[in-house]
Amino acid sequence: MISQLFTEAVLIGILTSGIRLATPYLFASIGEMFGQRSGVLNLGVEGMMLMGAFAAFYVTLTTGSPWLGLLASILVGTLMGLAMAVISVTFQAEQGISGIGVYLFGLGMSELLFKKMLGTVETVSGFRPLAIPVLSDIPIIGPILFQQSAMVYLAYLLVPVAWFVLYRTTFGLKIRAVGENPAAADSLGVSVKRTRYMTVTLGGALAGVAGASLSIALLNVFQQNLTSGIGFIAVALVYFGGWRPYGVLFGALLFSMVNALQLWIQALNIPIPFDASELLIMMPYVLTILVLMFSAGRVRKPSALGAIYERGT
Amino acid sequence: MIDFLVRYPRLGRLFDLLLPLLATLAALAVGAIMLQLLGANPFVAYRALLEGAFGSQNALADTIVRATPLLLVGLGICIAFRAGVINIGGEGQFIAGALPATLLGLSFPDAPAIIIIPAALLCGFLGGAVWGSIPGLLKAYFNVNEILSTIMLNIIAVQFMNFLLRGPMIDPVQLQAASAIPQTARLNPAFDLPRWVPTRLHAGALLAVVLAVVVYILLWRTTTGYRIRAVGFNPDASRYAGINVKRNIVLALLLSGAFAGLAGAVQVYGVSHRMITDGSAAGFTGSAGFNGIVAALFGKLHPLGAIPASFIFGALIVGANSLQRAMQVPAALITALNGLVVVFVVCSDIFSRRLARRRQIGVAEVGSKGAGAQGGGGAGERPPTAANVGPPDSASAQPAPPATAAKVGATIKPVAHVAGQEASSD
Repeated sequence: MISQLFTEAVLIGILTSGIRLATPYLFASIGEMFGQRSGVLNLGVEGMMLMGAFAAFYVTLTTGSPWLGLLASILVGTLMGLAMAVISVTFQAEQGISGIGVYLFGLGMSELLFKKMLGTVETVSGFRPLAIPVLSDIPIIGPILFQQSAMVYLAYLLVPVAWFVLYRTTFGLKIRAVGENPAAADSLGVSVKRTRYMTVTLGGALAGVAGASLSIALLNVFQQNLTSGIGFIAVALVYFGGWRPYGVLFGALLFSMVNALQLWIQALNIPIPFDASELLIMMPYVLTILVLMFSAGRVRKPSALGAIYERGT
Repeated sequence: MIDFLVRYPRLGRLFDLLLPLLATLAALAVGAIMLQLLGANPFVAYRALLEGAFGSQNALADTIVRATPLLLVGLGICIAFRAGVINIGGEGQFIAGALPATLLGLSFPDAPAIIIIPAALLCGFLGGAVWGSIPGLLKAYFNVNEILSTIMLNIIAVQFMNFLLRGPMIDPVQLQAASAIPQTARLNPAFDLPRWVPTRLHAGALLAVVLAVVVYILLWRTTTGYRIRAVGFNPDASRYAGINVKRNIVLALLLSGAFAGLAGAVQVYGVSHRMITDGSAAGFTGSAGFNGIVAALFGKLHPLGAIPASFIFGALIVGANSLQRAMQVPAALITALNGLVVVFVVCSDIFSRRLARRRQIGVAEVGSKGAGAQGGGGAGERPPTAANVGPPDSASAQPAPPATAAKVGATIKPVAHVAGQEASSD
């Protein structure tokens, strides 16, 4: 029954999973946020994540080192991000559509590589939970926050770092300027192209890491379409979070907590109306739409988001 | 090169039309390299692909059957993208159309086919329309980005389908069997769409082609279509001109969803005769919702262009399967290639736009020469800023994606084209 949910062990379990599940969303969304703040909508995140997930999994499987796997995912993600930058900045292609192209490429390519190089679903020993001394012994908070894997800590560390970069460095100022008013930024000597190249490539690298966090930290497997929509949700979370690092963190946590809740409801075999576990799976997505409905009007998106910038126009 | 094309407008127009083909060739060249790396001879592989797609009567029929949902989805995409709305919800809308259509056939197994078939197709159309209008309303009245809402609605539709096929709509036979495959019962064979018998070709293909003409007429020969395109070209100008932008955004997404929903109904009544799920969207739709976007783009977002475009992509999909059988190259290669085609096609657009702009400069120069005033250079360098909406049939001569066209003022193309002819007759 529902009361099963309200035991200490289960509540700690839900919060622990929720913290853990937010990892790929954080990496991907923070990366996407940089791109969008500079004016580039990268819809190819999902494809980049798949490629990163495969690279990390394959390298970890063959070398036995998850750190090398992580490095491989960064490399592949960077390349994919660079490609997206060439497409959206140099070729000035329509970003929404070309993003779908990049997604399809990543989807097909990762499946192709998976079938050719592995063939069967295998598991890998990726990042293991890493208890932080002292802190992990705190009751309740310890197991929730400080007995996670290195990738999870990295994801949460990324949020303040992203905030610092965006609001306290020249680079961050350039990013925001280019995303708000590229012409003005250009006239002040900020290279719109170079800034966008850097943010989109960074976004690609982080998308690769997001994929790695799935394949070598959370799930420790790779199969075709492993991400199944996480990359698209990550894009939504950037809107949801109002293009701010802490907003993104809030969105990712809310989404993951609801997701963890529904997973636990299923795991505990709590009776649900119509025996419809699918209705539970829908919950986070319905919630995201609802939150977007009531938040979309409030936060102004970067003015130049999705717009092509050409000197003199 | 561009100068040359500006000088000869006919060649320029030919170049515009050939551009997607060139982009595809480039993608196929990359595909050849990938095949080589996979240890397959690209020439042999592409030949196997072509034979698989066109090699026999059956192969050709399969290609057309595969192209049909792409065309139907693509028609909807043409409407949405022309209105400046990026509808990525084809997968969900496809399912939202297939569900009520299947439910109708299952509920009245003894009704006459002549009533059930049209009613089921209508159900598909309406189901898709409902699912498509949700992101439309969200965008128009709540300012929710349609790319995001359609993605969410895809996932919600898939889960709803899984729920129905596992529970209320499951085949009673499967319910008794231990396997419990999540699928509906087979529809009454009397409801199958008419088939060209030795092959799998069904009447849905013909319907899709007819509808392509209908959508063309809708977009370029009716006031409704004119408004939809105007909103896509320039929402602000449309608003000043008294067009209800919000209503047209909802309408465009509604129609776009309706065509995807119809594709779902046609797929059920023409091909699968039941609904079945493997838990993912692609398991039922065959990714028609995404590939329809690819086909529509390839057809330059023109309903009639979408006909050959979806045929080509249907061929790619069917050919990929025989490629997989013949050479053990995973069919996923074709998904990756589809992605490359999209990327290359949208990237190649820059050349079209440059050409359009150069024509524009040509006009400006002619104009300033005629006026005999201010240095031609100054006038020529000024790029077009105001994107005018143009007369209703202006874009039919030069289809251009509105999202990009509006930004660089390529909508003035037809004017440039006329002036270009004057210049060349000098």
